[in-house]
Amino acid sequence: MIFDYNVIYEALPLYFSGLLTTLKLLALSLFFGLLAALPLGLMRVSKQPLVNMTAWLYTYVIRGTPMLVQLFLIYYGLAQFAIVRESFLWPWLSSATFCACLAFAINTSAYTAEIIAGSLRATPNGEIEAAKAMGMSRYKLYRRILLPSALRRALPQYSNEVIMMLQTTSLASIVTLIDITGAARTVNAQYYLPFEAYITAGVFYLCLTFILVRLFKLAERRWLGYLAPRKH
Amino acid sequence: MLKGYGAVILDGAWLTLQLALSSMALAIVLGLIGVALRLSPVRWLAWLGDLYATVIRGIPDLVLILLIFYGGQDLLNRLAPMLGYDDYIDLNPLAAGIGTLGFIFGAYLSETFRGAFMAIPKGQAEAGMAYGMNGFQVFFRVLVPQMIRLAIPGFTNNWLVLTKATALISVVGLQDMMFKAKQAADATREPFTFFLAVAAMYLVITSVSLLALRHLEKRYSVGVRAADL
Repeated sequence: MIFDYNVIYEALPLYFSGLLTTLKLLALSLFFGLLAALPLGLMRVSKQPLVNMTAWLYTYVIRGTPMLVQLFLIYYGLAQFAIVRESFLWPWLSSATFCACLAFAINTSAYTAEIIAGSLRATPNGEIEAAKAMGMSRYKLYRRILLPSALRRALPQYSNEVIMMLQTTSLASIVTLIDITGAARTVNAQYYLPFEAYITAGVFYLCLTFILVRLFKLAERRWLGYLAPRKH
Repeated sequence: MLKGYGAVILDGAWLTLQLALSSMALAIVLGLIGVALRLSPVRWLAWLGDLYATVIRGIPDLVLILLIFYGGQDLLNRLAPMLGYDDYIDLNPLAAGIGTLGFIFGAYLSETFRGAFMAIPKGQAEAGMAYGMNGFQVFFRVLVPQMIRLAIPGFTNNWLVLTKATALISVVGLQDMMFKAKQAADATREPFTFFLAVAAMYLVITSVSLLALRHLEKRYSVGVRAADL
């Protein structure tokens, strides 16, 4: 089997524009996902059963169903209702980019909320007692003690979530977007070269994964250095 | 129920389950081979195992599914004439799906198993060696039985991700629950209803698995005292 490098070489601009789409989807969904995950994570550690259960139900349902179903529910499903089609949101909800970002953000928010909640629960009790002994209010306790240390300690797990999200963005190609996977599908449809097309996409994703791993290692060294094992 | 599509979707659910269970069985075999390679003292074998785990986990499932499904079909049809077989071969989507998901999740399981094996005290393997067992016997008689308990939490996670990943095989034409729901949605123009029904089915599958695996974990931990916090 001989690889046809020429076709791939000519399709490289397509792959790079796909790379931009992938990065755009990833950045937007991570940003909004994290924004939603913070209050959800706090709700998950709340002592009020109603608040806690609401957030639990949300994360349980989202984490228990496939991403593809969630994406289809939003992209194809919402159009079923006349109320949605006639609302001011329709221009957005009929756009594949918006639907993909929305579905991805909802998905990652559930996983990230659980990560944040787990990290908050793992806070050493002494830190909280010390803060209380200093007379801090609940708000101040969260803002100065709990969140800064919990969010830092969530970093290693969050890096896994970010890499999973990178892989999840490939589903955008199913709802017509031309991300890296979409570029590969286009090339395969035009020239019928499945190996060349998809292996190239695979190489792009591998490189992105390694870069992300590297960046998170740096971030951990910056913000989590005090937890690293002693060097001597 | 569901405008007469209820039975069709249940049919698809059965196929989804078959796909998930069969690919998990294959993944366990590949995961054990993978971890045996990765923990092997032979350098290039360990390197091969690491390559398998790293490359597969660094590429999205969807890309691997498309690559193995379309690429595999292409490869078969290029090789078949050399063996004197001239008809066009169409891959059976179920078999291809099992092969693909098994291959992908074998890599994830090899990682889960690796963590579990490394948590077994070294003396266990050494004791086996001292009894005159060979490498195979030590692996299957001493290490694997102890590894199961340690691997269950990671395995639960892998199983849930695999169950959800089966939905992607519908993209290459397997008539699973997801595929059937898409057909029903297109025919009735009520996509929300059908995708919601399918989401509920997946939720049932994942919930039942969670309960079952939690029970299994308890059984395998019978002889171990939990940390008293």
